Amino acid sequence: MLIWDLFKMALRSLVTHKLRTFLTALGIIIGVASVISMISIGEGARRQTLSTISKFGTNIITVKPGQQKSRHVTTGKVDTLTLDDADFIEENISLITGVAAQVYRSAQLKFENKNTNTTVRGTGASYARLANFEMDRGRYFNKEEIRSAKRICVLGSTVLKNLFEGRNPLGKTIKVDGKNFLVIGTTVPKGALSWFDPDDQIFIPVTTAQKRVFGMDHVQSIDVQADQIDDLEIIKEDISRILRQKHNIAEGKEDDFYVQNSSQWLNSWGDAAKTFTYLLGGIAAISLMVGGIGIMNIMLVSVTERTREIGIRKAIGAKKKEILQQFLIESVLISFLGGGIGILLGIGISRIVSDLGDWETVVSTQSILLAFGFSVAIGVFFGFYPANKAANLNPIEALRYE
Amino acid sequence: MIEVENLSKIYQMGGQQVAALAGVDFKIEKGEFVAIMGPSGSGKSTLMNLIGCLDLPSSGTYRLEGLDIQDLKPNQLAEVRNRRIGFVFQSFNLLPRATALENTELPLLYGRVPKSTEIALQALERVGLAHRAKHKPTELSGGERQRVAIARALVNSPAIILADEPTGNLDSATGKEIMDLFQELNEEAVTLILVTHEQEVAQQARRIMQMKDGKIIADTSNGAGSC
Repeated sequence: MLIWDLFKMALRSLVTHKLRTFLTALGIIIGVASVISMISIGEGARRQTLSTISKFGTNIITVKPGQQKSRHVTTGKVDTLTLDDADFIEENISLITGVAAQVYRSAQLKFENKNTNTTVRGTGASYARLANFEMDRGRYFNKEEIRSAKRICVLGSTVLKNLFEGRNPLGKTIKVDGKNFLVIGTTVPKGALSWFDPDDQIFIPVTTAQKRVFGMDHVQSIDVQADQIDDLEIIKEDISRILRQKHNIAEGKEDDFYVQNSSQWLNSWGDAAKTFTYLLGGIAAISLMVGGIGIMNIMLVSVTERTREIGIRKAIGAKKKEILQQFLIESVLISFLGGGIGILLGIGISRIVSDLGDWETVVSTQSILLAFGFSVAIGVFFGFYPANKAANLNPIEALRYE
Repeated sequence: MIEVENLSKIYQMGGQQVAALAGVDFKIEKGEFVAIMGPSGSGKSTLMNLIGCLDLPSSGTYRLEGLDIQDLKPNQLAEVRNRRIGFVFQSFNLLPRATALENTELPLLYGRVPKSTEIALQALERVGLAHRAKHKPTELSGGERQRVAIARALVNSPAIILADEPTGNLDSATGKEIMDLFQELNEEAVTLILVTHEQEVAQQARRIMQMKDGKIIADTSNGAGSC
């Protein structure tokens, strides 16, 4: 018997029992649809997070005062880093392309009759480049203006919207905690993360911030940009070494600063999101498994029901292999059908989730192939036992079966 | 064509050995029309299963067209059933969802015979059912169903056609039609072996073998032959 004839026979038997076929396939449909939609949601979340995080630059090393006890807990003195340290790093570390010290604090802004509360960030001249801020209008301040602690500022797009409502702010003067600042530039919007809007801040020279606004002489962090992402570890070690020397820290004593990089953050976020994806995919895979058991169940019923048919086929010369193939093709067809419908349903679900939930979803070809291959494999795996049972029936007994 | 020597079949039943067939010998030549008779339990079904290559003997030899059947593997037996044997059953045993033509074609498909549809149609024509080719068994009368079964048995030009109580489920008029068809086929040199417990049916054969307790107790040629 040619495979094509077996295929036609299997198809006919499935068409004869439409409802049964559909209900059997339903397990696979739900399984595949959930695998695809779950993975697309997980993958979407991962990509969204990674892309927003990488907007802040992935080759940045951050030096902060105090000691980091765990990822989120810092202890120790907060005033151990100074602008001097930033300059010292810039002069003594190789393989870097920029250093920017920062101080930041929330402050009240005022322009004409409009008020807003925002983060005021005092930075070095290279901060815009390091933090991936592009200029929309005007320019960022330069080293000379930092040295002379000029009262000038660059506005983030959210602040621009709140204070100026789309009017050109260049050359205008705003009040920061009551002190006049000249607006010299605005930045291109980066887009907000759910917990943090990088556009809701203004940038002023770090020296101005220290002396004229916040009244402090330390800095809150120093960002260092590595030329090559591969050099991050070496640079981190170098920074630690020279800062320990500069701060006169005796051997065996703890650092009064700590060094971290954003790619660590990125990796741990990526890992977390990946785990999330695997978890969702795993749950979905279990439902696919249950669907497979459903196929096996129905195929066993079908074999019993068709014992006589199997007997007839064997009597007129069907070989064991041909009976096995016939039933295997049936179960694979069911899972194939279920897989196909499940893929469409899964894509539909992830579309709906991304439309309604304002949540990016990514249906990858990989997940479709995975789900489809898995469902066909389940058809073969769970179809084999019933098909084998059919193939091994004794023709005499099968013919006698009522 | 058929040579059976000391053929026996022993079943294990609850620790006891039961000889369903206790050593039979006979020969059947090409073109013969043989009826095997006997009460139930006489071993005629067992003999039929062995001749039909559905089962293997416990001992003895069975040679079909020079082929030693008792030495064959299951797949080879399936091939022998497919090419050399046609079955006609009491309860027709057609596939309910397939048309008459598809039922008739089935042995050709398993045998991978080319132009199977044409050959199947010719076989249906031979039993006078070409006009019902597209009908399903449920749309056919009992007599018509048995004709389809006979067409299916004929379609591979087998060495023998084995009929097990072919008229058992038919009324006497239809049963007679079927027996007439068998007569016609026999006249066209088809070898027929008929298993029955009805004297009337057996009388249509040219040779009658009587069985009892797993043995052939009489093997007589039936002069009348036809009706």
